[in-house]
Amino acid sequence: MAKITFDGIEIEVPDGTTIMNAARQIGGSIVPPAMCYYTPLKGSGGKCRACLVKVAAGSAKDPRPMPKLVASCITPVQDGMVVENTTNDSVLDVRKGIVEMLLINHPLDCPVCDQAGECDLQNFAFEHGLSTTRYEEERRTFEKIDIGPLIQLHMTRCILCYRCVYTADQIAQGDRVHGVLGRGDAAEIGTYIENIIDNDFSGNVIDVCPVGALTDKTWRFKSRVWFTKPVDAHRDCPKCSGNVVLWYKGNEVLRTTARKDQYGEVKEWICNECRFEKKETSDWTIEGPAHIDRSSVISANHYELPVLNQSVIADLPASTQRELEKNPPLKLGN
Amino acid sequence: MGRKLLTEHINVEGIETFDVYRKHGGYRSVEKALKTMTPDEVVEEVKKSGLRGRGGAGFPTGLKWSFLAKPEGVPRYLVCNADESEPGTFKDRQLMSKLPHLLIEGMITGSYALGANTSYIYIRGELLYVLRILEKAIAEAYAAGFLGKNILGSGYDLDLFVHPGGGAYICGEETALLESLEGKRGNPRNKPPFPAVQGLYARPTVVNNVESIAAVPVIVNEGGDEYAKIGVGKSTGTKLFSACGHLNKPGIYEIELGLPVEEFIYSDEYCGGIWKGRDLKAVVAGGSSVPILPKELILKTAAGEDRLMTYESLSDGGFVTGTMLGSGGFIAMDETTSIVRNTWSFARFYHHESCGQCSPCREGTGWLEKVLHRLVHGHGQMHDIDLLVSVAKQIEGNTICPLGEAAAWPVAAAVRHFRDEFEWYVTHPQEATKPGAVYPGKLVTA
Repeated sequence: MAKITFDGIEIEVPDGTTIMNAARQIGGSIVPPAMCYYTPLKGSGGKCRACLVKVAAGSAKDPRPMPKLVASCITPVQDGMVVENTTNDSVLDVRKGIVEMLLINHPLDCPVCDQAGECDLQNFAFEHGLSTTRYEEERRTFEKIDIGPLIQLHMTRCILCYRCVYTADQIAQGDRVHGVLGRGDAAEIGTYIENIIDNDFSGNVIDVCPVGALTDKTWRFKSRVWFTKPVDAHRDCPKCSGNVVLWYKGNEVLRTTARKDQYGEVKEWICNECRFEKKETSDWTIEGPAHIDRSSVISANHYELPVLNQSVIADLPASTQRELEKNPPLKLGN
Repeated sequence: MGRKLLTEHINVEGIETFDVYRKHGGYRSVEKALKTMTPDEVVEEVKKSGLRGRGGAGFPTGLKWSFLAKPEGVPRYLVCNADESEPGTFKDRQLMSKLPHLLIEGMITGSYALGANTSYIYIRGELLYVLRILEKAIAEAYAAGFLGKNILGSGYDLDLFVHPGGGAYICGEETALLESLEGKRGNPRNKPPFPAVQGLYARPTVVNNVESIAAVPVIVNEGGDEYAKIGVGKSTGTKLFSACGHLNKPGIYEIELGLPVEEFIYSDEYCGGIWKGRDLKAVVAGGSSVPILPKELILKTAAGEDRLMTYESLSDGGFVTGTMLGSGGFIAMDETTSIVRNTWSFARFYHHESCGQCSPCREGTGWLEKVLHRLVHGHGQMHDIDLLVSVAKQIEGNTICPLGEAAAWPVAAAVRHFRDEFEWYVTHPQEATKPGAVYPGKLVTA
């Protein structure tokens, strides 16, 4: 076990835990943002530099500070390590710089982007970015690549986090190891992804994409995400766990995604049949409203059972009270 | 005239063949090491020599060797980094094409010291003709019994391979090199783990520059202490400098570390002064990625002492008034040179060569280039100059590998020392963008 101090909070974690995961065990606003790191994907992380933190003391044995900021998602903790994230201004300054770098070539087409509302880059920029840009040049564009009827690739929105490359490699196993073609700011997601679109698990690249570069074609332009209601559901699927979230508008299932945890990481990969083909309520066993606890506009719309004050219930009309008795709220607060 | 340890016989007819090289004392270090020394003794000699990595970072080679993890039953590798692609640096190419056996000799002795039974020379893709020279030399070494099984009857086996890269600058970064050598896309790895623990094929690996390895035979032959007598302080031995730019005698010079920069530029023995009788304006002392210095600061340190060609003296004053020895790519610029154009040219290179893996470098290098492009073409504004500094600062230190710094340093240094010239491009765009325009000096903008 290693004892570390993160932003003044002490926590003991098993050896080999990364700084990021130690911070996630503490939870709350001190957790560094992650744009490329994805726990279920081996080898991910270290690329976006959004999670850089200051290591003020390397370990109990060698308490010297690390000379550069380190990527918290891939740096393992040492016993006695002291890490500064939100308490260090230089870290926050660098993070501002990272937002700026990620945005200079991003098209900022959020108004027409299906990811808007559940976009990691939006959240990241909202929390750490500036409202203006110093970039005056033309933004980068790419030749459009059609990767099939199910997945839409918008290369202009891509921040090259490599998550889909690892997904293609590890979940939707293909034969090739090419994921990114070209280099520098001309690098783009290439042939490899094109080749896996007939794989049963290829749809998962949509879920791992932090931005709107890979989106669900069957859900394209149908609705804004905050107008839909997420509902947990499952079905007996021979290929995957069958545990999904259905996104309803009225009685219509607009799309299906995997379930994600509070850091936007998929809990169980789902197959393409569940994702793209089962769009009827009758295909599914409904479990109840999905809890979205990420900082996004979706959770702002309270599509979960209300937390009701007991004293308020007494004041409600009789018909509402009867309704509540029939369908009791999950949580009763004071 | 300083001693020449590596290039003493470089102009001998046929030195690239095994027989001639052997006649001039070649492969003595292999015999000496394999027959009379233990591997640890060889490492100890290299440590004593104070040899510092000649690829750019200047890390002590002996220390690097002693860091190599040596778990039981796991192969170890020595990899020679011959992916020399830094603008202004062309010493390794010459060394390999003229003295291929010197490198091979160093590889054998080095591999023996590290206990490696397979070693690689990773050579830059553009240097195919050098690759052929090396392969021919390796075949000769195999035939003479210096490579292969049971070398010289000592029981030590070594296989040596040359592997060409695809011509990417980034593959000169050691972990990107290893990725490329494994057959993958040349993206630098996150560190730790360092190559000394998990390098090639996740095995302990040492990656050394061509010149560092070529110095090993000399050290083994003459002894580490003898080698350490040459040079000044912690900068021991001799170093190859590839001098280019506006010099009367550009070329590759082997110098004893500690030579004054002024002597190197102006002495007839070396570069012979600035061409066409012009005045020196600036020098990039160690390859395009190190900070540029104006004439006053390259000849004398800020404290007024003579600047010497050593790791310490060149970096005296940090990045405020100093630079780095780097890889020895010495670029001199005369008074007619446009620093702004030159900076743009460097920035364009790093933009082209960024691997695109981490965001500050991928986006930042392109941004720097675009802003400089604007300035050079007379469309810049005053705030663009501060923007350059700010973007460079956002890249520096926040990237996976040192390419980010390599891109940021020259830009930041150019603005630091030649800000008035950048301003001239903004205030006098028409004059500045004329072909052959020469910045008239500080007086005009004042």
